[in-house]
Amino acid sequence: MKGKLLTGNVAAAAGAMLARVDYVPAYPITPQTEIIETIADWVREGKMDSRFVQLESEHSMMTAAGAASLAGARVFTATSSQGMLYTLEMLYNVSGWRAPMLLANVSRGVAAPIVLEPDHNDVLAARDSGFLQLHSETCQEVTDLVLLAYRVAEDRRVMLPAIVNLDGFYLSFTRERVILPEQKDVDRFLPPYEPVGPMRASKPVSRGSSVFEGFLYSYFRYNQHAAALKAKEVFNEAAREFEDLFGRSYGPVEGFMLDDADYVIVMSNSFTALGRQAVRRMRERGVKAGLLKLLMVRPFPAEEVATLLRGRKVVGVFDQNLAPGSGGIFYPEISGALYNVRGRPNAILPIVGALGGKQTTANEMTAIFDEMVAIDREGKAPAPMFLMRKDEMSRVKKMVSVAEGKS
Amino acid sequence: MATATRFKTLKDMPTGDYLSPGNTLCAGCGGILAVRIFHKVLGPNVAWVNAAGCMTVTMSYPLSPLKSNWLYTAFASAPAGAQGVRDALDVLMAKGRLPKSEDLKVVVVTGDGAAYDIGLQATAGAIDRRLDFFYLCYDNEAYGNTGFQVSSSTPFGSSTKTTPATAAFPLGNVARKKDLFEVWRSMKAPYVATLANSHGLDFLRKVEKGTGIKGPKMYIALAACPTGWGFDSRDSIELEKLAVQTGVWPLKESVDGVVRHTFVPRTLTPVSEYLRTQGRFSHLFEPEEKTEAIATIQESINAYWKEAGAREGFEVKVPATPERTSPSN
Repeated sequence: MKGKLLTGNVAAAAGAMLARVDYVPAYPITPQTEIIETIADWVREGKMDSRFVQLESEHSMMTAAGAASLAGARVFTATSSQGMLYTLEMLYNVSGWRAPMLLANVSRGVAAPIVLEPDHNDVLAARDSGFLQLHSETCQEVTDLVLLAYRVAEDRRVMLPAIVNLDGFYLSFTRERVILPEQKDVDRFLPPYEPVGPMRASKPVSRGSSVFEGFLYSYFRYNQHAAALKAKEVFNEAAREFEDLFGRSYGPVEGFMLDDADYVIVMSNSFTALGRQAVRRMRERGVKAGLLKLLMVRPFPAEEVATLLRGRKVVGVFDQNLAPGSGGIFYPEISGALYNVRGRPNAILPIVGALGGKQTTANEMTAIFDEMVAIDREGKAPAPMFLMRKDEMSRVKKMVSVAEGKS
Repeated sequence: MATATRFKTLKDMPTGDYLSPGNTLCAGCGGILAVRIFHKVLGPNVAWVNAAGCMTVTMSYPLSPLKSNWLYTAFASAPAGAQGVRDALDVLMAKGRLPKSEDLKVVVVTGDGAAYDIGLQATAGAIDRRLDFFYLCYDNEAYGNTGFQVSSSTPFGSSTKTTPATAAFPLGNVARKKDLFEVWRSMKAPYVATLANSHGLDFLRKVEKGTGIKGPKMYIALAACPTGWGFDSRDSIELEKLAVQTGVWPLKESVDGVVRHTFVPRTLTPVSEYLRTQGRFSHLFEPEEKTEAIATIQESINAYWKEAGAREGFEVKVPATPERTSPSN
């Protein structure tokens, strides 16, 4: 097998280099920092023809990123966790500016309590910001999605910024084989960025002007929504061309052993690999299990979800995130996509797991399928599952006891 | 000024205007006047980068009173927006994708809320990085666009909507005005200056001086605010003049850290004459005069000019501190 062993972080940086980005405003945060360190090295060694500037916060980093994109530069940056939350205000601004820059988010759970390993509350905090979102399962996908994201974001029918997500630790620090495309092929795939109405001496523009009337604001917001929806079609076009050039195929969603599956788990990002393993085990046991991976999160691929999940007996939605007081964040989105569909699944099971990168065993994953089968067989209403093993719970009890000074 | 200047008298004020009349700001606004004069010196090729404030509302889609570029960023991060614009222009010119004729002077314009409070971190970053830009803070000493709430620029004794003078809090705001000039200077900005619309020649020359300096060029312009300060809009310039003559608003500059006062009021007018003209200080005079507070203000002005004079070798005749007859607050 060809390819180099690269961490997810280096795969992201490599994507940025291949995309010939002009400008990288940066700010360090674990587990993303390797991305900006790598780019800083390449820029200072003359391997990458970009300007690298370290800002004093993620909020400023995103402000500089969006402003530079409006002024005509192709911009790349990266963040994680608290950084994503800290810059959230600017995400809405940058997408409202229609500045098609790219943000790599290396997922990490959010404080409090502080944690380093991944879940998706950080990137999903940005789900309503107007950024397109593509989520990676492998390091190869990280590089490829960076290139695809620029192609889609900068398309005149879209002109929206994008996030490429990769899980902290499980991808960011894990070496996998990555086939890096040839620069000349990337240049064919990704033409130079052509800004719309950049700030210039000969043709002054006002950007970010105030809009004080609701009808006008509504117009711009609907416009942004329409552009985000259009991004799916543009992605599919670009993905076809990508496959022709590079031989790897991507879609907004990806099915695994779906054809005859009765019990389907919906997953995203690196833990999807555990889902695939569980599907194989269930198949060995004679259960018609399958998996649907969300690669595109924004725009939300509702039609694909509906098409691929109709007619299934039970669907389980694996949320590696938690909205306290509501539950998993994808669950209502998947349910909403299925509600008006003829032949919708009989039941949709919500699962929350792997928060803060909690190690998840094959048994935990197959237990989800066992529950889906039980729901179908017994006709019972699905009760939300929150993954936690007995051995983990006994460790929790010990630690709580230490914290309370009892042992 | 020692260096050559094209501004010999006020008549040298450039006649070209890049800001149309009839914008949406209040009559008598010192802030928009400062923007207008600033723009005259810089010429047309400017990218203004703005944080939330009064200037933000002048750019109301689909209209703009400017003949130059404008970008509204966010309250806390206009200097970072300037970083992005500057870097993008530089990288595109370096790569040969943008002719030098398209280059722009990048100017951050914010009020004191952004400059003194929420945006200070982003400003510090831009200064640390030696960003080649101008920063124009129009300082009306409170959050004016939201209706006049206290900022860290609000002077001692001013009433604001969030520090109203009441029986229990008779002085209004008791915090001291932050010395942003010194804050910026301490961060090693190569050029820092204060401006007043009433002293136009001084204003023009300082902006002109900035155009010859690479790096952060930082300006704080006094912005008389008729609605917030409570005075008649026709008196804006007179009030700014009084602020300079009473010594409340020193006109000065710092070049590579060396401070020089560019206008020395040889005989200071008593500060009570300045305070008395404005609604925001009316509680210092009614129902009875708060002589303790007024004396405190006068003393701090006198001490400032005494120290500045000793450092720079000039003498200022300061008013006597008023007798303290009111109880201390």
